[in-house]
Amino acid sequence: MVAGPTPRGKLTGRLGPVIVIDNLTKRYGKRTAVRGLTCTVRSGRVTGFLGPNGAGKSTTLRMILGLTTPTAGSATIDGIEFRRLSRGLRHVGALLDAGDVHGGYTAAAHLGALARSNRIPRTRVAQVLREVGLADAARRRVGAFSLGMRQRLGIAAALLGDPPVLLFDEPFNGLDPAGVRWVRELFRRLAGQGRTVFVSSHLMSELEHTVDHLVVIGRGELVADESLAAFSARFGEEAVTVRTPDVAALARVLAAEDATVTVREQVLTVTGLAAERIGELALGHGILLHEVTTRTASLEEAFMRLTADRVEYAAGEVLR
Amino acid sequence: MTAAARPGRPSTDARPGRPSTDARPGRRSTDARLGRRGTGTRPDDAAAVPARFRDLLAAEWLKLVSLRSTRWSFPLILLLVVGISANAALADHRNWPTYSADRREMFALYGPLRDAFPEAGYLFLILVTTTIGAMTIVGEYGSGLIRATFAAVPARRSVVAAKAAVLAGVMLALGTLTAASSFGVSQAILADRDAHWTLGDPGVPRALAATALLAPVCALIGMGLGALLRHTPASVGAALAVLVLLPLVVDSDRIRWVAQVHNALPTTAWLRLIEVYDGTAAGVPPDPFPLTIAGSWLVYAAWSLGAVLIAVIVVHRREP
Repeated sequence: MVAGPTPRGKLTGRLGPVIVIDNLTKRYGKRTAVRGLTCTVRSGRVTGFLGPNGAGKSTTLRMILGLTTPTAGSATIDGIEFRRLSRGLRHVGALLDAGDVHGGYTAAAHLGALARSNRIPRTRVAQVLREVGLADAARRRVGAFSLGMRQRLGIAAALLGDPPVLLFDEPFNGLDPAGVRWVRELFRRLAGQGRTVFVSSHLMSELEHTVDHLVVIGRGELVADESLAAFSARFGEEAVTVRTPDVAALARVLAAEDATVTVREQVLTVTGLAAERIGELALGHGILLHEVTTRTASLEEAFMRLTADRVEYAAGEVLR
Repeated sequence: MTAAARPGRPSTDARPGRPSTDARPGRRSTDARLGRRGTGTRPDDAAAVPARFRDLLAAEWLKLVSLRSTRWSFPLILLLVVGISANAALADHRNWPTYSADRREMFALYGPLRDAFPEAGYLFLILVTTTIGAMTIVGEYGSGLIRATFAAVPARRSVVAAKAAVLAGVMLALGTLTAASSFGVSQAILADRDAHWTLGDPGVPRALAATALLAPVCALIGMGLGALLRHTPASVGAALAVLVLLPLVVDSDRIRWVAQVHNALPTTAWLRLIEVYDGTAAGVPPDPFPLTIAGSWLVYAAWSLGAVLIAVIVVHRREP
């Protein structure tokens, strides 16, 4: 993968773009699953790949791995299309679907065959099984595994080759809270080691405590590609919740200060004014306050707003 | 030389846990060989572990023997096929005293081989070996394991070639064991009536080789059909049509092309190769369009190669 000998200690070449997605497009007949997607997934951080169901996340990941052929555009890893590699596990580790296993194999046999095909020593199988907490289930058939255990097995397979690039498609599905926490810590650790970690999810809540960077897609198109901090600053506006017996009067006062006020069930939600200022104004106008709480609008809400017009399947009806 | 970061060595990269890159290109690092972890893997490692076909062979072998169904079905097949030929020999053994001198003379022309390789037993062998062949491909597609396999080994053609080689090898072993046991057991029974043949008798080595090879030929045909149809029952149905139905239906003493199609079928070739007496001495008119011995071997080879080629092309081209 590296053109020439890497000078000792020089890592600059390794810190650049790792996964480059360029104008990636996939059409199935008239339906376009991914439309002109362009983004870069860099090393040393966890990048979240967020989008509602059917947004094209899995199709994109499959195209990165060469399992689906793009209609147009390309996806490369360190400048090379994955399908051009003869062996993959030492380059890219991937969990695409926890169900991609044959139920007749034991966990150890499944990983053993994968390891053997890539000339990875057998001892590594026990190592990754221990790492994902499946050491005791090594001799059990995968067919009897729960979804959570299959997810762990899929993560173990991704870790087998100790690869610099890792892809995970909906890795949180089926995991219990302890499992979710473990996976988060694992992703942070992998990124901390300088690897590229690309994690898809349809739930912001799963990603917001895990990722450094966000790539958001809706209906196959790029919606956002920015750091989590930038995304939060853009959408996670601070709002103040105020309860008062005199809703109408306070709303009038705050509106006069150019704040945005929404009233629902006698509770005011105020943006554009700090809690302190709201307190001062209320005191000045002799309005009694029962509660003043500052909260950050959840990123989940921001994500929902952002992709609302790009949801492929909405409950009850198919949009567009 | 280990690739683990040496303590005290100044690093140009301040990031903790960032893998060092002091692996010498062209030399396999100890890490890659031993699978030592914790420092991350550089592409140098991946490039330093050249892809070998024998690793794929080993992986496919592991997959085949790790399945419980393989482990119990093989002895069962052996037992059933040999049982059927023992039964045929026992019938002749039992009825021997009632056979006339003419009948015994006729038996001496071809009887011992007919008891060794009765059609019923070998139709069963054809059925199960094609099914196993189809399942090696369909089982992997059906479970989704194929995606994990191709994520580990993007060189799909090599995967199919390895699968075919392992399948052919294992089936040749099973076929040889079955043919040798069938012959040995049936002749041991007939020896009691002094009506048996030995390896030295004309046509016996050829019949043994042809019967041993029947298993791998059928398994590869099943694999090719499995790759094409990706459905086990459909593949087995198609294989039965080609291997059992077609030889019965497509046959003619008058129309040349029909006879040629008949002669191009694997089952016809097998029957020709185990034939030691064509009946002309007893006044049966000679076959106007005979299949030669060399032609029969060619039919075996062409079907096997064709099936593997189809599997390789189809799996390479179609999306998993």
